Amino acid sequence: MLEIKGLKVKLEEEDKQILKGVDLNIEPGTVHAIMGPNGSGKSTLSYVLSGRDGYEVTDGAASLLGEDVLEMEPEERAAAGLFLAFQYPVEIPGGGNMTFLRTAVNAQRKARGEEELSAGDFLKVVREKAKSLKIDADMLKRPVNVGFSGGEKKRNEILQMAMLEPKMCILDETDSGLDVDAMKLVSEGVNALRSEGRAFLVITHYQRLLDHIKPDVVHIMADGKIVKSGGPELALEVENNGYADILAEVA
Amino acid sequence: MALAQLKTDATEARLAGAVLPEAAAWANEARASALARVRQMGLPTKRDEYWKYTDPTTLTAVDAPEAALFVNDEGPLFADVDRLRIVFVDGVFDPEASDDLQSEGVEVERLSDAMQADIHWVKDIYGVLEARGQKPVERPLAALNTALATDGIVIRATAKVTKPINFIYLHQDVASDAVLHNVGKVVAGAEVTLLETGPAAARFSKQLEVDVAEGGTFHHVRAQGRDHERRAITHCFARIAANSSFKSFTLTFNGVLTRNECVLEIMGDDAVAHVAGACVGDGKDFHHDDTVFVTHDAVNCESRQVFKKVLRNGATGVFQGKILVKEGAQKTDGYQISQSLLLDDDSQFQAKPELEIYADDVACSHGSTSGAIDETALFYLRSRGVALADARNLLTLSFLAEALDEIEDSTLADALRDRLEGWLARHS
Repeated sequence: MLEIKGLKVKLEEEDKQILKGVDLNIEPGTVHAIMGPNGSGKSTLSYVLSGRDGYEVTDGAASLLGEDVLEMEPEERAAAGLFLAFQYPVEIPGGGNMTFLRTAVNAQRKARGEEELSAGDFLKVVREKAKSLKIDADMLKRPVNVGFSGGEKKRNEILQMAMLEPKMCILDETDSGLDVDAMKLVSEGVNALRSEGRAFLVITHYQRLLDHIKPDVVHIMADGKIVKSGGPELALEVENNGYADILAEVA
Repeated sequence: MALAQLKTDATEARLAGAVLPEAAAWANEARASALARVRQMGLPTKRDEYWKYTDPTTLTAVDAPEAALFVNDEGPLFADVDRLRIVFVDGVFDPEASDDLQSEGVEVERLSDAMQADIHWVKDIYGVLEARGQKPVERPLAALNTALATDGIVIRATAKVTKPINFIYLHQDVASDAVLHNVGKVVAGAEVTLLETGPAAARFSKQLEVDVAEGGTFHHVRAQGRDHERRAITHCFARIAANSSFKSFTLTFNGVLTRNECVLEIMGDDAVAHVAGACVGDGKDFHHDDTVFVTHDAVNCESRQVFKKVLRNGATGVFQGKILVKEGAQKTDGYQISQSLLLDDDSQFQAKPELEIYADDVACSHGSTSGAIDETALFYLRSRGVALADARNLLTLSFLAEALDEIEDSTLADALRDRLEGWLARHS
């Protein structure tokens, strides 16, 4: 699904190398988690993959279903099936949430040469999916993320993911700012989307989220590289002993 | 030669050959005293403080510069709204193209007819509100309009009028130079909505004087279109009585020069006065100026000024807005915001927000910002699959939404939003 080879990335504005050779291969139907201390490059990886400005790829490659994603515009990556759930979802005053969702869904369908969804069909699907995420009619009507609580914003991200039906989902610290109940709700939303043809990359600081979204593979990232990979037990090790032991071990 | 002499000469040049339309004695007098005001003040030049950011030369010149007609297939604005259509072609009322002037709860009359009557309610408003509005800031072009206006409509609402009145200003002559003066009166407890649409003329001088009596409501929604080369100087003078409400919104597309002056005087307690505007401008020759003056002269009144401008490819926007709270106007709630979205480095926005307060128990706030499109928001939209141009348009509309929200009637607001989307699509 997603294949990253020797990816090296620096900041455009300053000569600072953030990713120093990341290798990652994510198979369809699997959930990978990336954990790591602050500043290890986890969020940078998610931004580079989704096409945010400000980063320069100095070496390496990343492909989604065999296609070079690094050459694509952000909207092309989205249409190709990539989705990033933001750590800090952006507020867009003045634009209704529902209208935004429909614009996004139809923009992607159009880009893929599919027929656009009618207003009626769209409404039916969105209501059903919103209900399972406990997103009420008012939240759908309000401007995108404006005045939403932290939990509401993250639920809204998952709703977008559910509507856009991406193939490769990247969740950037989706657990930050969530209380226990909200984390459960968000995790259920993610788990409902797990399927044979879809893969997940879950970026998190804490093992807690991985209790709910059970990963197949856990990677530890430090100083711009993946330093260790293993099964779910690796996350537990981090939870119990912190990163220090692992970092000392690979150093 | 002294500046004062230059000004006098320019003013006399403009007035030479001007013919004041003849009518009843009171009307002749109103025009003559307006003419005297023009002579006394002199027409504005760029050296005047109030015209520092907008060059009035083409507005005061003897001959109006031509303006090409803009043709598109958008059809008339507010076509779905049941409204009383009053059509002007290049500033001349066209009875054939207009609806019958009879409408429930409102008297509608051509200005020239009203001015023939020896006694008419218009006498107490025509040129009267304009003259009041000359202090503390002189507005000679408004006085010029009062003196020379060749046409116009007067409306007097006597009940809650359900059907909006729509002044439709068609522009068909590339060299038209129109001077229109409309007058409105809302009697106690009455309510009316006035819509104004269209580019009007190559050069358009237009004034609206409105008197809102106790408990009255006046809604005003205007769309200044679309012809790129047109020029307009408009004035709105409103006198607002106790418990009454005045709400005005203007959307401006294109036009090489637009100056909209709005002068509101709140005279009675517990009244509300809102004035808002959105404009979109594309190109170095686009210049748009909102000049607003709100006077609070009563207790417990609310005023709002909300102005948003989208400027691209070297366009210029100007906002001069003032709130004056007179002595004794306690419990005033005054708000003013002017914001611009600059889509490139060449475009510019000049803002002069002013507060002058002589009462000690008031809440007045004002703000002004200029900014570019938020790159994070742009990335957010694109990461959801929205193409770059569409994402920009979406964020532009979202910027303007706060001004459009000032329009109470959602049907009218939606119609304007559609036009904005069309404009953005054509200009992206």
